[in-house]
Amino acid sequence: MLVLNNIEVVFDNVILVLKGISIEAKEGAITTILGANGAGKTTTLKGISGLLRPERGDVTRGSIEYNGERIDQLSAHETVKKGIVQVFEGRQVFEHLTAEENLIAGGHIVSTARMKENLEKVYEYFPRVYERREVQAGYLSGGEQQMLAIGRALMSDPKLVLFDEPSLGLAPMIIEEIFGIIKRLNKEENLTVLLVEQNATLALNIAEYGYVMENGSIVLEGSAEALRENADIKEFYLGISSGEKKSFRDVKHYRRRKRWLG
Amino acid sequence: MEWQFLFELSVNGLLTGMMYALIAVGFVLIYKSTDAINFAQGEFVMIAAIVVAGMATNYGFPLIAAIAVGLVFMIVFNLALERFVLRPMIGRPIVAIIMATIGLALVLQGAGPLVFGAGTKPLDIGVPDEPLIIGPLFMTPIDVVGAAISIAFLAVFGWFFMKSRKGVAMRAVADSHMTSIAMGINVERYFALAWILAGVVALLGGLVWGSAIGVDTQMAALGLKVFPVVILGGLDSIIGVVIGGLIIGLVEALAAGYVDPFVGGGTKDFTPYVLMILVLMFRPYGMFGKPIIERI
Ligand SMILES: Nc1ncnc2c1ncn2[C@@H]1O[C@H](COP(=O)(O)OP(=O)(O)OP(=O)(O)O)[C@@H](O)[C@H]1O
Ligand SMILES: [Mg+2]
Repeated sequence: MLVLNNIEVVFDNVILVLKGISIEAKEGAITTILGANGAGKTTTLKGISGLLRPERGDVTRGSIEYNGERIDQLSAHETVKKGIVQVFEGRQVFEHLTAEENLIAGGHIVSTARMKENLEKVYEYFPRVYERREVQAGYLSGGEQQMLAIGRALMSDPKLVLFDEPSLGLAPMIIEEIFGIIKRLNKEENLTVLLVEQNATLALNIAEYGYVMENGSIVLEGSAEALRENADIKEFYLGISSGEKKSFRDVKHYRRRKRWLG
Repeated sequence: MEWQFLFELSVNGLLTGMMYALIAVGFVLIYKSTDAINFAQGEFVMIAAIVVAGMATNYGFPLIAAIAVGLVFMIVFNLALERFVLRPMIGRPIVAIIMATIGLALVLQGAGPLVFGAGTKPLDIGVPDEPLIIGPLFMTPIDVVGAAISIAFLAVFGWFFMKSRKGVAMRAVADSHMTSIAMGINVERYFALAWILAGVVALLGGLVWGSAIGVDTQMAALGLKVFPVVILGGLDSIIGVVIGGLIIGLVEALAAGYVDPFVGGGTKDFTPYVLMILVLMFRPYGMFGKPIIERI
């Protein structure tokens, strides 16, 4: 459904952030991108949804294809119309709008009748948001805001949703609930999901396929099952150590050199 | 007798206050949706009035046609301004945009008289001059009409802004450009809409204020009056603008009625700014503005 073909992203014409990324998100599947801070995960998602331009970034090489059609030069409001929507890192609700107004804004591109149907559907998935619909979104709890942000994304009838670290800063119980809902959306609404996470355990639990990103490149990919069993993943992301303790950076560089750079 | 005087001052002050609100709402509209502070809003009002009065007196246009020309002029002018001057400045420091609007204000002050002549022009929108007397109360008809137009515009605009889907989108844009873009909202189109509305409301302001005080470059000073109004009401709240306008109108009228006779006049002109400074000292968001929501 979505294919990133060796893309390169440059900010301000000089800062090379993505150095040839190839990723595929299969229709109806959950695909995850793992990686530490600054790896380029968010940049990858923004490249797909057309949000680089406002930050003076550009896809300078490679292509992004969605259902066989190139979308790398589209602006965000065009990609939304094609059925791709991004749920931002750190939630980013419209703070001064009520929860319901946030949802209405999320359904901006659909007809009023369709918007009302979608509103019902979102409230079914997120009864908590329904209870808080009259409240200014800025005053919702972190978990409620994340649910609102996801619900808002669903309002535009997306086929592909890009989640950027939905677990960020939330309590374990809430995270579990949210990941459960992502899985349900994937199954019940046949939603294709591209999930960026630092929490590898959670992500690999619901995903079918995963990529590991470091420093603007993909360093590892495979089925979720294979990645769960991978020694590096275990050590760096799942926190299961198989030997003496070293600092995160040291281990990472040592391992990386050993495994991928010779 | 004393109470009657107070009552009459208050009513007239409140009417003037509603007319201030009509000017201030244009300012708030731009601030809310684009984050830009438009120092030229007073000049918009002036130039709209100059165009209408100029078409009517210099070229003999009937009132309706003159207003139509004024409307088209304001829409085209503000669209061009947004497209060619302000949009390229998006993302630059806000001070650059502020400077641009100050420059624009001065250009308009110079250019208006250049085209239509510098003298004060009358603007007659068909409101009689004789005072309106209801019981013991004296009112100026144009103030009543101005306040009514202001209330009507604010009601329609308030509905649009708070209840309609486009209004929600407009407020979403005001809240976060980036997130709005991600929702498929064409942010630039909403910027343009905000400037069009600011042009339309400036025309309404120009009509009522032009009829009340005559049309010349002095009208631009109304833009300065608007600062205490929006500071009092909060730069981002529409209800606040109405209340801010009413308070300033009231304070001015009371100062003129009770203080001026003792000091020989003039307090009316600066009391609004004294109030503004006091509010800034104690309520930095204005009396009704929303605080920035901070939650971590
Ligand atoms: N607008 C920008 N201009 C310049 N450099 C940028 C810009 N946005 C991101 N970068 C750089 O690109 C790199 C990758 O950033 P990105 O936000 O994609 O990382 P990430 O994997 O999402 O990290 P995190 O887990 O912290 O969110 C970082 O080094 C960052 O400094
Ligand atoms: Mg990120």
